[in-house]
Amino acid sequence: MNLEIGSPLTVGLILFAVIITGALLITVERRLLGFWQERLGPNRVGWFGSLQVVADMIKIFTKEDWIPPFADRFSFVIAPGIIMSVVLLSFAVIPFAPNIGVIDSNIGVLFVLAMASLGAYSVMLGGLSSDNKYALLGSLRAAAQMVSYEVFMGISLLGVVALAGSFNLREIVEAQADGWYIIPQFIGFVIFLIAGVAESHRLPFDIPEAEQEICAGYHTEYSGMKFGMFFVAEYVGLVLISSLITVLFFGGWLGPTFLPPIIWFAIKAFGFIAFFILMRAAVPRPRYDQLMTYGWLFLLPLSLVNLLVTGVIILSTQ
Amino acid sequence: MIKLIVDTLLSQVRTLWLVFMKLFQKKDTVEYPDQQPYMFPRWRGRIILSRDPDGEERCVACNLCAVACPVDCIALQKGEMEDGRWYPEFFRINFSRCIMCGFCEEACPTNAIQLTPDFEMAEYVRQDMVWEKEDLLINGTGKYHDYNFYRVAGKKIEGKDKGEALNEAAPVDVRSLLP
Repeated sequence: MNLEIGSPLTVGLILFAVIITGALLITVERRLLGFWQERLGPNRVGWFGSLQVVADMIKIFTKEDWIPPFADRFSFVIAPGIIMSVVLLSFAVIPFAPNIGVIDSNIGVLFVLAMASLGAYSVMLGGLSSDNKYALLGSLRAAAQMVSYEVFMGISLLGVVALAGSFNLREIVEAQADGWYIIPQFIGFVIFLIAGVAESHRLPFDIPEAEQEICAGYHTEYSGMKFGMFFVAEYVGLVLISSLITVLFFGGWLGPTFLPPIIWFAIKAFGFIAFFILMRAAVPRPRYDQLMTYGWLFLLPLSLVNLLVTGVIILSTQ
Repeated sequence: MIKLIVDTLLSQVRTLWLVFMKLFQKKDTVEYPDQQPYMFPRWRGRIILSRDPDGEERCVACNLCAVACPVDCIALQKGEMEDGRWYPEFFRINFSRCIMCGFCEEACPTNAIQLTPDFEMAEYVRQDMVWEKEDLLINGTGKYHDYNFYRVAGKKIEGKDKGEALNEAAPVDVRSLLP
């Protein structure tokens, strides 16, 4: 098997692996959440619940795909498609291993940030076209959250970009051969982690779809596979954020040579996925205004200071 | 201010750590169909009709259970044997109505109707929740092993005249009391 960047085989494998991982995460998350809440989670289907995802998929595919008569049909239908395609497109620039990837783009970081911003359209359109007060509130919150979080999400990455001297994710990984950026960019890492949680609408920042407050937020009116697209896109987004953290701060595929690079990448990324699930199990959701205040008044200045200090250190050591 | 921020952050980290350690704790889940719970003998579950030690039906069709039932789920019809015993011609319990309150068991003068610790009574068809006498009758005495109503009661049946029951005095001949 000859894998190289951009060959149809590689692209197909990446697409397949990402979607399968996203679907499997539904089961993995339910199991892990169960363990962390002193339950067992779903363990009846297949070996230790491994076939639960098949059951879930059969269920979600056979559900009635209903469009409410009061909804705006066009944007209602395209909204789930946008988020799914945008999240999958982001994987184009992720370097999984030296020979595995879709494109070797020299604007990788910018591309990922741009795609993350486009994802906001899906959430906003979905909530707006549903013509439902909960959905509208959810998309309103999503829009405000996106606006406040993408600012310092980008700024927190600039430290890494400055250290590596490149926007190319592949070069950023190779620049970490002598030391992962988690050490010089620890504050940047923490800020990006928080922004990543907010970006992928995971607890504790799942304010756009807070079940206890506003039903299911922007996807209240969705059913069947349209809901499934939102659902799987959330998990694929989780994989994306975990991969990004791995690439930017934890040396991507780098690791001792007794395992192939792709395995190192998978181990690191899965560690972060498990951490995201742990956060969902442990941390309560903040109030809406607390989130905004925290973002604008604390994390934005902190990320700017981090960038400033990084710049000073780089200039002084040259 | 700094202390507040640090305390808040450490509290979050501590939360995450404590929840993570739950991974190695014993789980609270009881895996029910594989792991059956202990059912206490006096649990009020599925209703049965018991037989006396001689193997006859205990129920004498007195209707007290049907009267006591708060949801009217018991229906029965009295019949009479040739030897004078009463028995239910049919005895029907609608378990889709039954609330397992146990009033019927308390009302029963012959210990015939009893509640058992069985609770697994789910059915796919609602009509299957209606149990007839054949379904309710068991081949044992239930909770009371020695009790036999006709042996202790004053009711006259074939082979046992008035006054012949256990601990029963012979009936007083009122005419002999005349002066």
